[in-house]
Amino acid sequence: MTTVVAQRPKSLSDVVMNYCPGCTHGIIHRLVAEAIDALDARERTIGVASVGCSVFAYNYFECDMQQASHGRAPAVATGIKRVLPDRLVFTYQGDGDLASIGAAEIVHAAARGENITVIFVNNANYGMTGGQMAPTTLLGQKTTTTPLGRDPKTDGFPIRMAEMLATLQGPAYIARVSVHSPQAVKQAGDAIKKAFRLQAEGKGFTLIEVLSTCPTNWGLAPNQALKWLVENLIPFYPLGEFKKEEGGA
Amino acid sequence: MAGKVTFREERCKGCALCVEACPKGIIQLSKRFNAGGFNPAECVNEEACIACGFCARMCPDAVIEVHRVDR
Repeated sequence: MTTVVAQRPKSLSDVVMNYCPGCTHGIIHRLVAEAIDALDARERTIGVASVGCSVFAYNYFECDMQQASHGRAPAVATGIKRVLPDRLVFTYQGDGDLASIGAAEIVHAAARGENITVIFVNNANYGMTGGQMAPTTLLGQKTTTTPLGRDPKTDGFPIRMAEMLATLQGPAYIARVSVHSPQAVKQAGDAIKKAFRLQAEGKGFTLIEVLSTCPTNWGLAPNQALKWLVENLIPFYPLGEFKKEEGGA
Repeated sequence: MAGKVTFREERCKGCALCVEACPKGIIQLSKRFNAGGFNPAECVNEEACIACGFCARMCPDAVIEVHRVDR
C-alpha cells in the first residue's frame, strides 16, 4: 500500500513559474495553494497579485485572480471582499510592493480590519527590477542602489512591517515565518492555513510575513542564500506571532 | 516502510535545495541536462528513502512527489 506524502497541490497551476532557480517564492506559492486546498476553497477563493517578481501570480494559482496596480492590492482586495463577502480573498505582495509604494494601502486595510489575508513576501530588496534597496533592506546590506551598504544617514532604517501593523487594533492575526528549512516551511504553512481559516471565520485582517531569499540579486547560491537568511534576516526580523485574534472588525 | 520519490525532471531548475534538505543524503544533481538547460535532481538510492518528504517541502517548483510504501 502506498500513501502520498507530498505532491503538487490542486490550487497550484501546472505551469513553469518564472522565478529564478532556488527562489523561495515557489515554496510560498505552494504553501498558499495548500492552504486553499485544506479549506477546499479553490472555487470560492480570489487572489490579488501585486507588482514585482510575483506579478505573474495570477498564472500560478488555480483560483480567480485579479492584478492590482503597484502596492494597491489591499485596496483592490477590500473592494472584492466587500462585494463578495462569502469568498476567501488574499493578496500576495513583495516587500517593495507592500512596504514602499503600498505602505498607505496596507496600513489602512489593517487599521480597518478588512477581512482579507495578506501574504507578504520579504526578501529585503526589489527583486524584479534588479536588486535595488527596499524599505526592508538591512543596514549595511549591499544592493544595486546601496553599493557600499545601506547607510541610515542617507538611506534610513529598515521597517519591521509585522511589528508595526501589530500595533493597530484592526488586525486579527499577524505572524512572521520563514522558509529556510523543512521545519520552517511546515510552520510557515501552518501559519498561512491559520490566517485563511480565521478569514473564513470572519475574524478580520490577517497578515503573514514570510522571509524569503533572492539568490540572484543577493549574489548567492540557493543554499547559501538560505544560510544568509538565517544569519542576517532572522536576527533583525524575528519569527513569531505578533497579533492574535483579539482585534478584528 | 520505504519511500518512493519521483522528480518531474523537465520542470526541475537544479537549485539543489532538495539535496540540502534530504536527511539521508540520497539526492544529487544528475549530469544530464533537461530542456531548460538545468541538471535535474535525482534520487540515487531509493532503498534508503524514508519518505519524510523534506525534499518536496523545500522544492520551489513543486516537481517532487513522495509516496510512502508500507510493506
